[in-house]
Amino acid sequence: MRSEKTSGRLVVVGNGMVGQRFVEALRSRDTAGRWQVTVLGEEARPAYDRVRLSAFFDGVSAEELNLHRPDDGVDLRLGEPALAIDRDRRVVRTGAGEYRYDALVLATGSYPFVPPIDGVYVDAGPDAPGPTPRLRPGVFVYRTLDDLAAIRDFAKGRRTGVVIGGGLLGLEAANALRLLGLGTHVVEFAPRLMPMQVDEAGGAMLRRYVEELGVTPHLGVATTAVRSRPDGGLAGLTLSDGGWLPADLVVVAAGIRPRDELARAAGLELGERGGVRVDTTCRSTTDERIWAVGECAAVEGVCYGLVAPGYAMAEVVADRLVGGTARFPGADTSTKLKLLGVDVASFGDAHGRSPGSLDVTFVDPATRVYAKLVLSDDAKTLLGGVLVGDVTAYPTLRASVGGPLPGPPLALLAPSGDGTGTGAGIAALPGSAQVCSCNAVTKDQLVGAIAEGCRDVPALKECTRAGTSCGSCVPMLKQLLADSGVPLSKALCEHFDHSRQELFDIIRVRGITSFSRLVAEHGRGRGCDICKPVVASILASLGNGYVLDGEQASLQDTNDHFLANIQRDGTYSVVPRIPGGEITPEKLIVIGEVARDFNLYTKITGGQRIDLFGARVEQLPKIWKRLVDAGFESGHAYGKALRTVKSCVGSTWCRYGVQDSVGLAIALELRYRGLRAPHKIKAAVSGCARECAEARSKDFGIIATERGWNLYVGGNGGFRPRHAELFAADLSTEELVRYVDRFLMFYIRTADRLQRTAAWIEALDGGLDHLRSVIVDDALGLCAELDAAMARHVESYTDEWRETLADPDRLRRFTSFVNAPDVPDPSITFEVERGQPVPARPDRRPVALGLPTRMGVTN
Amino acid sequence: MTLDATITDGLRWTVVCPYPRLEPERGVAALVDGEQVALFRTYDGALYAIGQRDPIAGAYVMARGIVGTRGDIPTVASPLHKQVYDLRTGECLDVPGVAVPTYRVRCRAGLVEVATPAVSRPMADVGGAR
Repeated sequence: MRSEKTSGRLVVVGNGMVGQRFVEALRSRDTAGRWQVTVLGEEARPAYDRVRLSAFFDGVSAEELNLHRPDDGVDLRLGEPALAIDRDRRVVRTGAGEYRYDALVLATGSYPFVPPIDGVYVDAGPDAPGPTPRLRPGVFVYRTLDDLAAIRDFAKGRRTGVVIGGGLLGLEAANALRLLGLGTHVVEFAPRLMPMQVDEAGGAMLRRYVEELGVTPHLGVATTAVRSRPDGGLAGLTLSDGGWLPADLVVVAAGIRPRDELARAAGLELGERGGVRVDTTCRSTTDERIWAVGECAAVEGVCYGLVAPGYAMAEVVADRLVGGTARFPGADTSTKLKLLGVDVASFGDAHGRSPGSLDVTFVDPATRVYAKLVLSDDAKTLLGGVLVGDVTAYPTLRASVGGPLPGPPLALLAPSGDGTGTGAGIAALPGSAQVCSCNAVTKDQLVGAIAEGCRDVPALKECTRAGTSCGSCVPMLKQLLADSGVPLSKALCEHFDHSRQELFDIIRVRGITSFSRLVAEHGRGRGCDICKPVVASILASLGNGYVLDGEQASLQDTNDHFLANIQRDGTYSVVPRIPGGEITPEKLIVIGEVARDFNLYTKITGGQRIDLFGARVEQLPKIWKRLVDAGFESGHAYGKALRTVKSCVGSTWCRYGVQDSVGLAIALELRYRGLRAPHKIKAAVSGCARECAEARSKDFGIIATERGWNLYVGGNGGFRPRHAELFAADLSTEELVRYVDRFLMFYIRTADRLQRTAAWIEALDGGLDHLRSVIVDDALGLCAELDAAMARHVESYTDEWRETLADPDRLRRFTSFVNAPDVPDPSITFEVERGQPVPARPDRRPVALGLPTRMGVTN
Repeated sequence: MTLDATITDGLRWTVVCPYPRLEPERGVAALVDGEQVALFRTYDGALYAIGQRDPIAGAYVMARGIVGTRGDIPTVASPLHKQVYDLRTGECLDVPGVAVPTYRVRCRAGLVEVATPAVSRPMADVGGAR
């Protein structure tokens, strides 16, 4: 047995999904930092999620697809492809220099295969050197973000697109062309779509779905030539059956080939069908210092074009490089995907190639579901299967391959209706079954993580990585949590057994207007700092008037109670509303004068307004008197309520703007001001796709298009940043406002306490699609109610500070001491920092900053 | 400031305000014999007085917390970081070993009175000198 090298210089060629995973796996194992890692990447971008590549056309940005995590211990060199390997000197050469290695890992991936079709290349033809000779204009491959961006740009103003290849990638490309507004055709040499994954009957079902979406399949034919128009533009394709297909744009998605040219030139043995030939430890059969992982590797001669086997290889090599003994166990080539809105899954021996295997088939033309299970000759062991239309059973079935059936076949296949599709399935799975095949996480590992304290799906994801890639196993994670008896109590606190949503409905339906009645009839005790603000918020959302009248005052957190934000020293900050961030010089001067006269620390906020700090409670009414007189009103920075609607300057001034973003932002901010909610709500409007208002980081964000507005929902910054997702496109202002009205009211009614919109949408059964059906299609018949509720809010809004100032009883609360209202709190003192007052703290010496002092200096 | 005070059993009872000035389940701050005191009236009408200083955050804010119950214990939660205190004993129910001082409080002739030791401490011990 060879002794493994476990330290030195490590060069990784390729920063795709698998290359990135390898580096992360190695770094997490190599805690002593024995390997000095250099990564060479051909693309200018660091690793991104190629599995979700098509999401780019749904508005998902390159940043969101990013998989790269910064690591100071890794020298990442992007846009610097490896040009040659000198095995004798053990160096990798690039355009910038040479990198010595003690171990070399090839993770070069694959390139799109372009069949030898007449006229597909600019000049040289298919025999030109290199993996990607130049395709003629109008012909594209579907592999990188740059490819997708080029397709999007070229598609503008064109009518017809053809995809060559009806496999997985081809159908994704077809959907992309459809979304770009092209009439779309698919040419596939095999007699069915997705020939690698589904059988004939599944292919037929798939074809019906695809045709209904307006995509025309041409099956059992090959493309023979790409023809030009007299002016040089693309005319169309000739087909092997003599047919002619006009086309303005062609995407070739006819499969992939391993990127093995570096290995070939270096004299490494290759697989029969290409790829760097490696053994089951992923080490080259020619050179023991060289390893290969992912699509460029031929493990015992076999290449795998899926990410899960690539990840498994990455883990094997990382283990080996720190002295481990891992081996590649063979691959799970199961796939589940949503293509053109159709769910398709295949797993195990999907084609029934095992000797003596039996098929169980389920076809329902009404619901258009096709399912097939492949069983062993004694019908006891599950070998594989195909699902089209409804894939809810996929996670359970996939994890059961090679083991006993988790239930009677038809019960497993018939649509379950409960959304999980796992039924008793997961309980029947053996502990060694892989629940997450992308990250090779077994049921035993998940059960262990739950026993160690993981209490929800995010915790399980964090702890085990299960569910972090394709996400198809998330329903199983939920089921495991439920089965393990983790108490998922919905009780708000010890005083109520109800969730916030249930309390909302109780209060609304029974017309309850006081906490005392609610807690007497539906709870116990006298409440706490959790349930009281929740009830206060619900009462406010239901329009019970001024938030500090009568008993409601006792429910409010100190911020709502003093209509200001408490700070660490017990003083408060004041934020007047500046709708859309637009303010006149006169009003700006008033803010400046108030800040100066009351000695307030002044700072611009992220929401395009101004925060004034250091006000004592008894100063608040005096400060607000000045602000209200100048036309300001409460900014609700203290409330779980709408904060701001941020905007860029828009078409009024900006040479790129296509709509009046400031005008819309102001209108929306005025419409929703004062709206109390389960958590704060932030919004923004951008006047063009450049998105200067950062609308996609908001609970609702609006981006102008040439035809109207795109509405995004569910974004936030904070502890766990999220990008808002596209809810609806090209809306008129009227449609937009209607959708936002309903979105907000539905959120207010159904979200949990302190649940931002992103988490709320994630927790909704059916997610964003469900939300759309409620808001756009009125699936729950709620829209009229939601619209009326918002209309009541808009009509009944009044400025809380103006009302407070008008009432001496209300003003009485703003006293320092009940028996000495003229004495300010003596504990509040300030010091000056950068010309402004800040809380004086004995432990804080801002002036020193570690500078040498003259005292005690001796020479 | 001029405050009414009577001395009984070695305690100085200071009149703070009329009882109706206290809202149910809400606190007010008072300056009693140079000390900052947080006064509360619970739902059943009972009165409690504890130190105004949040011992964890160091700010004088306790009167602005939310009043409620934990089991049968009347409580107030610090408005800064929500640690909950027993209004009867001053003990923090969330962080063992932390407590706020408590004061005796009573209602006489419609007036709320708070007791401090009859020998008062000098003003310099109060407030800003943290």
